[in-house]
Amino acid sequence: MIELLWSIFDITLVLLLLALAWNTCSTRDVMRAVTLFIAMGLLLAIIWARLKAPDLALAEAVIGAGISGALLLSAIRDYPSTAMVSQRSTLIEGIINILTLALTILMSWAVWHGLNMSDGVRLSEQVISQLPVSGVSNPVTAVLLNFRAYDTLLELAVVLTAVLTVLTLNEKRAGYKVSSPLLQGMTRWLVPLLVVTSGYLLWVGAHAPGGAFQAGAMLAAAMILLQLAYPSRRQEFNNYLLKILLVIGIFTFVLVGLWMMSLNDDFLGFTPAWAGSLILIIETAATVSIATALTLAYLGGRPKGWEAGNHTDSKIAENGGAE
Amino acid sequence: MIDTLAILAIFSGLFFFFSGSIGLLRLPDLFSRLHALAKADNVGLALVALGVIMLEPDPLNDIKIAVIWLLVMAASAISSHLVARHALREIRDD
Repeated sequence: MIELLWSIFDITLVLLLLALAWNTCSTRDVMRAVTLFIAMGLLLAIIWARLKAPDLALAEAVIGAGISGALLLSAIRDYPSTAMVSQRSTLIEGIINILTLALTILMSWAVWHGLNMSDGVRLSEQVISQLPVSGVSNPVTAVLLNFRAYDTLLELAVVLTAVLTVLTLNEKRAGYKVSSPLLQGMTRWLVPLLVVTSGYLLWVGAHAPGGAFQAGAMLAAAMILLQLAYPSRRQEFNNYLLKILLVIGIFTFVLVGLWMMSLNDDFLGFTPAWAGSLILIIETAATVSIATALTLAYLGGRPKGWEAGNHTDSKIAENGGAE
Repeated sequence: MIDTLAILAIFSGLFFFFSGSIGLLRLPDLFSRLHALAKADNVGLALVALGVIMLEPDPLNDIKIAVIWLLVMAASAISSHLVARHALREIRDD
């Protein structure tokens, strides 16, 4: 009986996901597409939780639905409310559909083949057998920060590159004008809660679902909330500090990697006895960098005085006053 | 006994979610839709949370569920307020 209910629930989830995905892609209304995409992210998070992948569920909920949603909403802000997705010609649309279908079939085949045909050693078994030397007891963190640390380093580089591109293209956008004292009241007690939760996710990543990406995204959510609740507050960023925070994740990662290379002749080949502490250090730095990067991406460009740095900026202000 | 009560609470919670969804789809304007949605959400989630708390023996998890309910309630109240306020301003501007 209960199994039947679960399978009905699962089938409903999958059908809902497909319907939402279809509607997200086919609607011409930009605002509608973004809203549907956020809803799809939340649904995807539930599905990951059902598949017993709480790490992915957390990441999808915080990054996929939360931060991506905020970024998309901030990106379409200047569009008129009636904005439409530009119409493509039938030929191009047909080609895109065929290619997408081909990719879907290929990936379905790959998953089916991987599950049924190959009789090689499963990667998860290898991970479990090596877990004791990884320094952490959460297998996902072990893979991300130890066995495949190189991939995670490059992921951080991708995030940094994306944000640097955003900073090159634009000045920071003006904040929203409409705000409400109720939002400010909620922000006041929600932001400390978010900061604590972010710290918890970072710490707990060693032995339970959590980690730098989730923690960083949650910290960024707190920053975005502050930005929304207090748009008129004068936002003087310390640009030196901001630049350091932005790169400290990659810097620490590379530094630890080089240090381990000098000891073990292997870039990012952690000494097992220190692995736990090293992973925590890298994750802490990465959390800060991810939070800074996502917040800057949400702001949509350079804060005031980014290129000049703070000191030159204040000099310009003095000169301006003298004239 | 406690199981029956829990199931009763969860199903009455689902009823509130259901009526909230009907309200969202059928009511004529934004304000009445918001009203239906926020009320149904809060009561519905409260009842579902109550039912789950009855079924969950670990007190730590019970506290977590209660905190989730409080957070969702605050978020839904504030976001309804913000949406309504924005809509009201647009009406006034026109």
